[in-house]
Amino acid sequence: MKNNKLQILTNGIIKENPILVLILGTCPFLAVTTQASNAIGMGAAVTFVLLCSNIMISLLRKVISDKVRIPCYIVVIASFVTLVQMIVKAFLPDLDKALGLYLPLIVVNCIILGRAEMFANKNNPLDSALDAIGMGVGYTLAMLAMASIREIFGAGTWFGIELPVLIDNNISIMTMAPGGFAIFGILIAIINKASNGKAIKKKDFSCEGCPSAAACNGQNCAEKREAAAK
Amino acid sequence: MKELLAIVMAAILVNNYVLSQFLGICPFLGVSKKLDQAAGMSVAVIFVMLLATAVTYPIQYFVLNNLGLKYLQTIVFILVIAALVQLVEIILKKYIPALHASLGVYLPLITTNCAVLGVCISNIDNYLVEQAGFGGGFVQAMFNSLGSGLGFLLAMVLFSGVRSRVDKCKCPECFKGMPITLISAAIVSVSFMGFAGIVENLLG
Repeated sequence: MKNNKLQILTNGIIKENPILVLILGTCPFLAVTTQASNAIGMGAAVTFVLLCSNIMISLLRKVISDKVRIPCYIVVIASFVTLVQMIVKAFLPDLDKALGLYLPLIVVNCIILGRAEMFANKNNPLDSALDAIGMGVGYTLAMLAMASIREIFGAGTWFGIELPVLIDNNISIMTMAPGGFAIFGILIAIINKASNGKAIKKKDFSCEGCPSAAACNGQNCAEKREAAAK
Repeated sequence: MKELLAIVMAAILVNNYVLSQFLGICPFLGVSKKLDQAAGMSVAVIFVMLLATAVTYPIQYFVLNNLGLKYLQTIVFILVIAALVQLVEIILKKYIPALHASLGVYLPLITTNCAVLGVCISNIDNYLVEQAGFGGGFVQAMFNSLGSGLGFLLAMVLFSGVRSRVDKCKCPECFKGMPITLISAAIVSVSFMGFAGIVENLLG
């Protein structure tokens, strides 16, 4: 039993890392990883929202009727995001400025709605909390890795500390938009190679990674596929 | 007029939502395999962006700001957008089935699209000025939404072309699928960097 709990916790960090394996929540991942400190801030904010909403949804899972569950989840998630926005604005104004638009956009982050639908509404609050922590840590670590690569090579600094040699030879495209796409692609390819293709569950987009899989249960894609077949 | 044109041009080319601000990446990577699907999705996005701005901007101005409820912005906007998209889908299904057949399947996908919520929030941040009154920023906000939507369309259509070629090419096993798609997105994104400064030079 204890093993089981540990497995839930570590699942999100390695085996089902939300970014690098499930490929969920890519928008903020690409946008805020220009500096390691921003990545940590964003990761912490996402983890907090994920933890609170997972616990809350798990507690309410018997109360919420199945038909209206998605709007209910969105309300719960949006409330916690508002809370985080207020806290960050009040205590960390610099971070607020750096994250900007991407802080309220945690609401539409696929990881949070995805975990609510896939895990929290089927499991008890303790398991859901562990799952949220695992997923949150996995997300933060992936962000930190990406941000470190981009900041060290792109700006020649790490957490704002200037690094010798690199600071004079920075490759500034790495902190810009194209660098984000390219490094993300290369990271996934490395993980693919390292695990002999076992790690990446989906080489392509499927319902598993679709932000609205929760809402549609594959109906949309089925309709689309039919339309395409015609 | 010049100002509005500059807003649209800047939103399409310079601050392209997908390629320089990373909003709406999921549909960009997911639905860009075929040209017709990419175009259909983008048209639906343009439609929803315009509609969402037309609804959320007055709500922010007349309700949230008036009553001192600015902090409820995130909750109110996401719920309004979600409800709106559902409503539009129902209306289309009932009264314009032809349009529903081509756009309808994409509409539910857009509810949780960060580009739509993103454009609503950034419109409020950039164009809503309390002292200027309602008309002070509403038109600019609508044109910004139009530009952002058109930018999304441009990125999707261009990328679906690139992708159909890339998918037929040989590449190392570990790069197949997502990685090579992301790297081609990076190259498309480089081409958009070339537009930096174009609006200032043309219309400034």
